[in-house]
Amino acid sequence: MPLFREPEGGAGVAIRATLKRDLVLMMRRRSEVLNPLVFFALVITLFPIGISPDPELLATIAPGLLWVAALLAALLSLDSLFRSDYDDGSLEQLLLSPQPLPALALAKVAVHWLLTGLPLALMAPLLGIMLSLPAGSYAVLALSLALGSASLSLIGAIGAALTVGLARGGVLLSLLVLPLYIPVLIFGAGAVQAAILGDGVSAHLAILGALLAVALSLAPWAIAASLRISING
Amino acid sequence: MAFDSLSAFLAMGGHGVYVWAAWGVTGLLLVGVVLHARAERRALLRDLRRRARRAQHHGAPGAAATPVSHQEGHARES
Amino acid sequence: MWAFIHKLGSPKWFYAISERLQPWFWVAAAVLILVGSAWGLAFAPADYQQGNSFRIIYVHVPAAFLAQSIFVSMAVAGFIYMVWKIKIADMAAAMMAPLGAAMTFVALFSGAVWGVPTWGTWWMWDARLTSMLILLFLYFGVIALRGAFSSRDSASRAASVLAMVGVINIPIIKYSVDWWYTLHQPATFSVTSRPAMPMEMWAPLLIMVLGFYSFFIAVTLMRTRSEILRREASKRWVRELAGEVS
Repeated sequence: MPLFREPEGGAGVAIRATLKRDLVLMMRRRSEVLNPLVFFALVITLFPIGISPDPELLATIAPGLLWVAALLAALLSLDSLFRSDYDDGSLEQLLLSPQPLPALALAKVAVHWLLTGLPLALMAPLLGIMLSLPAGSYAVLALSLALGSASLSLIGAIGAALTVGLARGGVLLSLLVLPLYIPVLIFGAGAVQAAILGDGVSAHLAILGALLAVALSLAPWAIAASLRISING
Repeated sequence: MAFDSLSAFLAMGGHGVYVWAAWGVTGLLLVGVVLHARAERRALLRDLRRRARRAQHHGAPGAAATPVSHQEGHARES
Repeated sequence: MWAFIHKLGSPKWFYAISERLQPWFWVAAAVLILVGSAWGLAFAPADYQQGNSFRIIYVHVPAAFLAQSIFVSMAVAGFIYMVWKIKIADMAAAMMAPLGAAMTFVALFSGAVWGVPTWGTWWMWDARLTSMLILLFLYFGVIALRGAFSSRDSASRAASVLAMVGVINIPIIKYSVDWWYTLHQPATFSVTSRPAMPMEMWAPLLIMVLGFYSFFIAVTLMRTRSEILRREASKRWVRELAGEVS
């Protein structure tokens, strides 16, 4: 029997460990989970004040407003995705580990979505009520946001990985990421719009799913490559 | 020829402002790109020559007084 | 083949070969653009619907073609740089980005100006114009990212990754914007989709497109040569060259 053996499970163990570690870390810094939600609610509050409290007008623009505000909230949380790990050096350890980096990066993004995208999606119907979003579209709003925000987290993680080594990467990050968010926004807000008009929403949701599938299959590699650039460069 | 006179050509059937604005901006930008590329190349070559001269001065202090550098300054790139 | 690629990857060799190629592209660009302009502005017949304002097509479409092609070339160059570490590819990519942004701007500007006689407004959230605007932001992102790094190697690799990510997204963005547009503004008069153009109309367009492509190649060759001088300034052959040129 060899003296030194690969630990059982290999990549699976590493991915599970990363998931658990990130979850624990994020739950300790609860404000980082809550801040995007508060931001989301705040931005939604600004619109009736800035435009008009007229429920009819708000109802027509509510799908777009909710989606844009949720997108911005998700964007806001991106900067911290790799930042603390970069600062304390654990990102470097992640890169040095023999496990596939794309899989580990995917685990980190999954935690990010679980604690940002999903809460945003669950909170959106509540804000929808405040914008007098027409009935019948609430479930679609939550579902489209849950699906779409997963793509947003994946795409955004590429930008976050590219800018993590820069001292002031915040604004640059939004410049890089926002144009890439547009397809998700179009189909996400489109799904809610279609639900209001009584059209079928399955096509929209299917496209959101397709976008997520593409992002899932390509983004982890781009994130891994970007992390290597930021760490070794 | 789609136009009878020069003034008709310039008027573009009433759409002159738009046609000439679009073409003008495009033309200016293309010319600007070329001028910028040329200025960039000139500046780089000038810089390289200056460096070469400085290296020469350092390398061979005896030759420092020769007026070669004057000719270099006037020469144009091929 | 491989030897050729590796030779091409050597800055010195590229500098020499591009010196011989460059004049041809300049001449082609000048001749094609001049002929195309004269033909398009003065000889092509006026459009039966849009009158003479349709002559904007001869700058709008070539610029739009080039804007998209340059982004793709940039991504291909980035891929070559990432995979084979060929520095020339990255130098070319760095030089292409501003030209691409400029071309995107030209396409946007001419499209907006064209909008006044056709739609009666300077800006319309038309599918083409909107995708062009997004493309402009993508260019800004690549340029800004390259400028943000202090180490050149990191900047090159980061810009390459972003260009590749962008190029995968461009068709998705284009498709979704088209879809979005047809949903919100059905059956509006589109600027460039038209029944088959007669030969006198599309021939100058083809010439202009070719002229713009030659222009792009010529400018990129010239600026890549400058970039070689900048990055390899301490190399022996560059110093010798500086001595010869003067």
